[in-house]
Amino acid sequence: METVAGLLPIIAALPFLGALLPGLMIQAGRNTCAAFTAVPTILALTLLLICAPAVMRGEVLTFGFAWLPSLGLNVNFMLDGLGLLFAGMILGIGLLIILYARFYLAREDPMGQFYTYLLLFQGAMVGIVLSDNILLLLVFWELTSLSSFLLIGYWKHLPEGRQGARMALTVTGMGGLAMIAGMLILGNIAGSHDLSVILTQKDAIQASPMYLPALILILLGCFTKSAQFPFHFWLPHAMAAPTPVSAYLHSATMVKAGLFLMARMWPVLAGTPEWFWIVASTGLITMVMAAKIALFKDDLKALLAFSTVSHLGLITMLLGLGTRAAAVVAVFHIINHATFKAALFMTAGIIDHGAHTRDIKRLGGLRHLMPITFAIATVAALSMAGIPPLNGFLSKEMMLAEVAETQWIGPYWMMGAVATLGALFSVAYSFRYIAHVFLGKERSDYPAKPHDPGFGMWAAPGLLAVLVVLIGVMPMTMVGDLVRVAAGAVTGAPPDVHIYHWHGLVPAFWMSVIAVAGGAVLLALHRPLAALWAATPRPEAKAMFDAVTRAATRGATALTDGLHNGALMRNAAVFSVAVLAAGWLAWQGGGLRPPTREMIPITPVPAIGWLLLVVATGLVVAYHRARFTALVLIGVVGLIVGLGFVYFSAPDLAMTQISVEVVTIILLLLALNFLPRETPVESTSGRRARDAVIAIAGGVAVTGLTYAILVRDFAQESISAFHLANSYKGGGGTNVVNVILVDFRGYDTYGEIIVLGIAALVIYALTEAVLRGPGGRWLANWDQPTLPEAGDRHPLMMVVATRVMMPIALMVGTYVFLRGHNEPGGGFIAGLIVAIAFLMQYMASGFAWAEARQRVTYHATIGIGVLIATVTGMGAWLAGRPFLTSDYGYLHFPPVEEFEWATAIAFDTGVFLTVVGAVMLALQSLSSMARRAGETVNVEPMDIDPTRDAEEGA
Amino acid sequence: MELLMASAIGVMTAAGLYLVLRLRTFPVILGLALLTYAVNYFLFSTGRLAVNMPPVLRNGVETYTDPLPQALVLTAIVISFGMTAVVVMMALGAYLTSRDDDVTLPPEDGTGREDGA
Repeated sequence: METVAGLLPIIAALPFLGALLPGLMIQAGRNTCAAFTAVPTILALTLLLICAPAVMRGEVLTFGFAWLPSLGLNVNFMLDGLGLLFAGMILGIGLLIILYARFYLAREDPMGQFYTYLLLFQGAMVGIVLSDNILLLLVFWELTSLSSFLLIGYWKHLPEGRQGARMALTVTGMGGLAMIAGMLILGNIAGSHDLSVILTQKDAIQASPMYLPALILILLGCFTKSAQFPFHFWLPHAMAAPTPVSAYLHSATMVKAGLFLMARMWPVLAGTPEWFWIVASTGLITMVMAAKIALFKDDLKALLAFSTVSHLGLITMLLGLGTRAAAVVAVFHIINHATFKAALFMTAGIIDHGAHTRDIKRLGGLRHLMPITFAIATVAALSMAGIPPLNGFLSKEMMLAEVAETQWIGPYWMMGAVATLGALFSVAYSFRYIAHVFLGKERSDYPAKPHDPGFGMWAAPGLLAVLVVLIGVMPMTMVGDLVRVAAGAVTGAPPDVHIYHWHGLVPAFWMSVIAVAGGAVLLALHRPLAALWAATPRPEAKAMFDAVTRAATRGATALTDGLHNGALMRNAAVFSVAVLAAGWLAWQGGGLRPPTREMIPITPVPAIGWLLLVVATGLVVAYHRARFTALVLIGVVGLIVGLGFVYFSAPDLAMTQISVEVVTIILLLLALNFLPRETPVESTSGRRARDAVIAIAGGVAVTGLTYAILVRDFAQESISAFHLANSYKGGGGTNVVNVILVDFRGYDTYGEIIVLGIAALVIYALTEAVLRGPGGRWLANWDQPTLPEAGDRHPLMMVVATRVMMPIALMVGTYVFLRGHNEPGGGFIAGLIVAIAFLMQYMASGFAWAEARQRVTYHATIGIGVLIATVTGMGAWLAGRPFLTSDYGYLHFPPVEEFEWATAIAFDTGVFLTVVGAVMLALQSLSSMARRAGETVNVEPMDIDPTRDAEEGA
Repeated sequence: MELLMASAIGVMTAAGLYLVLRLRTFPVILGLALLTYAVNYFLFSTGRLAVNMPPVLRNGVETYTDPLPQALVLTAIVISFGMTAVVVMMALGAYLTSRDDDVTLPPEDGTGREDGA
């Protein structure tokens, strides 16, 4: 039993996995490709059949595992009667479609793509009907919208195909969005996202005040998917798809998804007046209106499309009635409609193939030319018309019987009359499909000589036509049990199913007679009626849809262009204002608790620091046009920020801040060498005032926010206590900040050094690209602005001093690195210090001199650093622990004291190397620009060298 | 002291915002640098302020300041260097290539999407 249920996820996954096959197999020929497409479908169908006996006994198979339990999103699958019926139809008819498409698609159509899309779509549909979790169901639901978009737009060269696909995606996608909201509301009411739980909560759901919103939102999803009025318009436009797609989408899948969901939700949503009025009325209106339109369509596929809409309306109406008997009829008609409609679509494709037209006006008299097609189409169309003893008759008769007993608006017979009218139109267009296409005189002006296709092409519709007859003749034997379990799943308890042909002279019989007779009369009067139809103005859905989408696109473009007009200033201003507004809203929403922390008294030294910071910041703004001045001032700000870290117990941060400040300023100085020295006055004073207002508002907001945080304690307990307690015990270090970096949050640091390395490589690549382009040519011919320069470019004193300092600086770096685990320091800071030590050589002795003495390139340094960090992390695997788990211990060297080792230090070495490499690569890239600009390269380390002069003199 | 910290962050934010809204690359870079200082300070101060309590374990010392924001800000400082360097390089590349350090797209690029979309 459990093993059988375990097959469910495999059934759902098979089409998706199989979707990989056609693309690979198309190289081996079209037959192989089709065969390999059929394999996953056949396998899935087989597995389904293995599950079937249990379901037919009335069991509900479930299988699941948690995916995101905190969201209530579980991969739960369920197979009950309804799921079995739909999965069987999807896979079974899918198999026939694969066969049919093999012969339908032309040589120049990319068949691999087609089958891939088809299997994706099939998988999504199977997923919907097997889902036990509504969130999972929603995922599959959206997947059907997407994959049907690919299928409908398969003939990419046809504008109608692309427009139809877009329209289908827009309409069903919007419905899907509404449905997501509805499903979430439903899940909220029921307290679970699992269908099997939700379906037991009927009373709670129907009593909830959110019942009506949830119902409307879910129905929006169902109605758009199942093309119910007023969303029916996308379906006929989806006819631009290849005929196998139409046959599949319209008979067993896509449009049936909405019906499936209504049936699935029937136990909890149905039975209320709201449900009856919305669903039954929509269904009835759709049924009659679409049937009337279908009668006047000359394109075979358009006729069938509107007839599909009409029959979907019929089933929707039956589900809307809310009675158990009506639900049984709905299930039965779903089966019947799938059989005859798929067959009819395939015959339409065959006629199109044979006669090269689908226009009824150009057809007629095909019965002798295409006898097999004629036979299949006649059986299917008569079933659609509801002629005994075919299966369409049975369900139509039962439908009329249900409707006759239902009180709708107006007098008691109103609903029966309207439904009979719908049936009458249905008979008329079904007869028309036979009479105007196959009967009548043979013509001499077909676009191509019509002929029956080969066996491969008519096998699938033929089989369906046989089913139509068999179900019609012995309904109870063929599908009685299936209808019983499926309807049982819809209504909650297996009903008694009695399907038979002769009910006696009941109202339904007379309604049926009226429909058939009236339909025949309508067909006889078709010519004058069609003229009348053509003369009456009617709303054109496509034009309206296009107008709406055009307006929406124009609005969206205007909004986007208004916000992002290519000016960074506009963008940043909009962003700042939006953030401020959001912050203001949040501020309004929540109450502030009273301050809980005691403030630290203000002492003179920090007050002076604060004053310096504020004044320097103000001066940066005031003098930002004089760029060198602003740069000096911002250096002051950075240093005071560093001092602030010292004061507030953050020695590591202070060291990092100060060393980063040094390299940043050097970088900006180098850059400023090429940029204009001054910023011109461009913005108007009004604009400056606006910016000042935004800036001050931002500043005030941030001040308020920070202050509000600082005077209050944590709302919840911080995890820092854990870090403090475990830093030494678990990480083997007393500098908690460093232990966090290399141990507790080592993964973050690992990601960060990779980002840093990538940033450096981006800088390198950008420089190379600029130097190869017009920028490089311009640089080579650059006339440097004449500025007062120092006499020596590489002064003797500086050269000597930096050389002496180099080993000292390196030693400081090593010291800071080694003590990092226990005292302030570590890889980041040591890396920056060593980078500065190298930089001093570059500045004092020149790029060329320094580079000539550099053994390892900086790219390699970055790479080695990341590699060391990675290998250290992977080392934990050897101990059977997760990536980056660190270890430590103590070693005793007799003369020296106890010595601690920790794997973290290897990781920190990686950090160190990456930081050195990244900083140096960035600065080296900039300096290569200077060299391109004709900066002279010094051969000698010093401009003035007494020993050289002495030799020359000698 | 809390007030000093909060107001310092506010002043740097305001100055940074104002400079980011300028029209040339260099002031925008300076503005980003100031915003970086402000954001780092802000993140740092979410651990609340503490004087003379560095998070370096010592025997006999019981109270330490919050080490977690410090660790996060440390990497943020280093990464912000990387970011500044990339932005500087982009600004420089743009200036060298087009002889223009304006941050606004020329109008034909900014409004060219009408026919494209």
